[in-house]
Amino acid sequence: MVARDNDERTVRRSEERTTVDRTEGRVRVNHWVTAISLILLAFSGLALFHPSMFWLSSLFGGGSMTRMLHPWIGVVLMVSFAILFLQVLKHNFWNKRDTHWMRHVGDAMSGNEENLPEVGRYNAAQKLIFWTMTLVILVLFGSGIVIWYEYFGTSFTIDQQRVGHIVHALAAVAIMLVVIVHIYAAFYVRGTISSMTEGRVTGGWAFRHHRRWLREEAQKGVIDERQKPPPGRPRDLHPAE
Amino acid sequence: MAGLQSQDFARISATTFRPPDVRHDFEVAKLIDVSKCIGCKACQAACLEWNNLKEEVGINTGVYDNPHDLTPNTWTLMRFTEWDNPDTGNLEWLIRKDGCMHCADPGCLKACPAPGAIVQYNNGIVDFVSENCIGCGYCVKGCPFNIPRISQADNKAYKCTLCSDRVAVGQAPACAKACPTGAIVFGTKAAMIEHANGRITDLKSRGFANAGLYDPPGVGGTHVMYVLHHNDQPQLYANLPKDPVISPVVELWKGVTKYAGLAALGFAATFAFVHATIARRNEVSRAEDREAEHLIDEEAAHGRQGQ
Ligand code: HEM
Ligand code: SF4
Ligand code: SF4
Repeated sequence: MVARDNDERTVRRSEERTTVDRTEGRVRVNHWVTAISLILLAFSGLALFHPSMFWLSSLFGGGSMTRMLHPWIGVVLMVSFAILFLQVLKHNFWNKRDTHWMRHVGDAMSGNEENLPEVGRYNAAQKLIFWTMTLVILVLFGSGIVIWYEYFGTSFTIDQQRVGHIVHALAAVAIMLVVIVHIYAAFYVRGTISSMTEGRVTGGWAFRHHRRWLREEAQKGVIDERQKPPPGRPRDLHPAE
Repeated sequence: MAGLQSQDFARISATTFRPPDVRHDFEVAKLIDVSKCIGCKACQAACLEWNNLKEEVGINTGVYDNPHDLTPNTWTLMRFTEWDNPDTGNLEWLIRKDGCMHCADPGCLKACPAPGAIVQYNNGIVDFVSENCIGCGYCVKGCPFNIPRISQADNKAYKCTLCSDRVAVGQAPACAKACPTGAIVFGTKAAMIEHANGRITDLKSRGFANAGLYDPPGVGGTHVMYVLHHNDQPQLYANLPKDPVISPVVELWKGVTKYAGLAALGFAATFAFVHATIARRNEVSRAEDREAEHLIDEEAAHGRQGQ
């Protein structure tokens, strides 16, 4: 067997199942920092958005703390998302197959993925989520700075700040909708979440949803973990044998 | 003023209800007669005195305005304008006592996101309650007169209280008490309008044809009013806005955006939850698991040939 560089291969066969490595640890860390920041921003932002949600401010230590913390969490989001952006940008360029896929998006939603062209690492909807997030986070950060009264209260005119507020509120609603769609899709398409928790997905999942990507990964070769004894427990010493 | 019950208020910021406002007996107003003001700043000093505030020693930039703007400690400020009247050729010294107008429809209160940080009493006075204020600065952007100031020290908003503490015990505001020319008078709003009408008649008889009362209807009228000799051009008086209204951007932001936004979010979250719970799952079948194995074997073989 012509062994390739181990680092490149992602398909693993073990006794129980075949998996494909999908998300590296450093990307997963950024994904979760971004995700947690987004949730915290949504809760702290909603507290100020409408009186019926002011109670959320108690999660952050009261109104003043919420007002103080929210923009700083925004800075954390901006940094972690910027890194995430650079990490996954190369997989998110749009191509003709994505346009084709988008035309048949109804089949994808109803689970009839047979009718769609084979999908690479990310499908068109995932790429759209990526680009929408990028755009909306930039708008939120920009408008967020304009309305950050404690530090930038005198850097912008009051009229500019008023516009900043409405832009920020609208963009906040937009990103919360995108987040809902994103979380929903991750749950609805069973087997997806392990991609961000363990960093790998099953072979069947890759076959069903991202077959072109599975082909590419398989071509790099397969890591066979079936023969190896479980780490730290040499085979011949296993009590069950 | 001690507002101890919800019924003492006409409005409370960031609440989903309007108080019953049953104690709405009369509204108060402060009338500032600009034509009588001599710019002595006794009112400004009295304000610091009564409210026990200290202002930093400033720097002279060649104008009488001191300090140069309202601050968290300066709740009222004399603004001086020199105006060459083209009709008469006279140089007029227009001196306006700036400060909170105590709007009937206060933009600050509309914008405030903190429950009870801004209240309007039954008598019309708009007050900031530090205890509930979170220092966000929304009131600054809600106000059509650019009045509230946020202290860097404690991140709380400050402005003229119309001496609500004095008014509560039947006293006039400190500034009205201190004014040596009687340019500042205080009473019920009805009485102040009556008083103003007398002054306006007098001014008109002395050649100020456009003298009038500044009680802008765009904000529902105000509980601080001016008698202006040139009521047709309030901008002359250090940019007093001609037809002040709560900015339409603020109305949109605090109005339809909130309801439409909440509705959209509520709908999306509910739909996603229900659909994800009851819809046919998008699950990988055993057949697909097997097919994946074939495909991997095939492609891995391709990969080796390609070496
Ligand atoms: C990206 C960086 C962000 C920055 C710098 C930022 C900054 C701010 C600031 C300064 C405020 C005014 C309140 C305060 O002073 O704390 C605010 C309000 C708000 N933010 Fe953000 N924010 C950011 C991201 C987000 C995100 C991602 C969301 C939604 C998930 C969000 C939702 C909100 C909401 C709903 C409000 C209240 C708006 C209103 O009162 O109408 N923000 N933000
Ligand atoms: S003048 Fe400004 S601060 Fe005063 S009541 Fe009106 S909106 Fe509020
Ligand atoms: S800063 Fe102004 S808007 Fe913000 S909580 Fe205080 S009073 Fe309300």
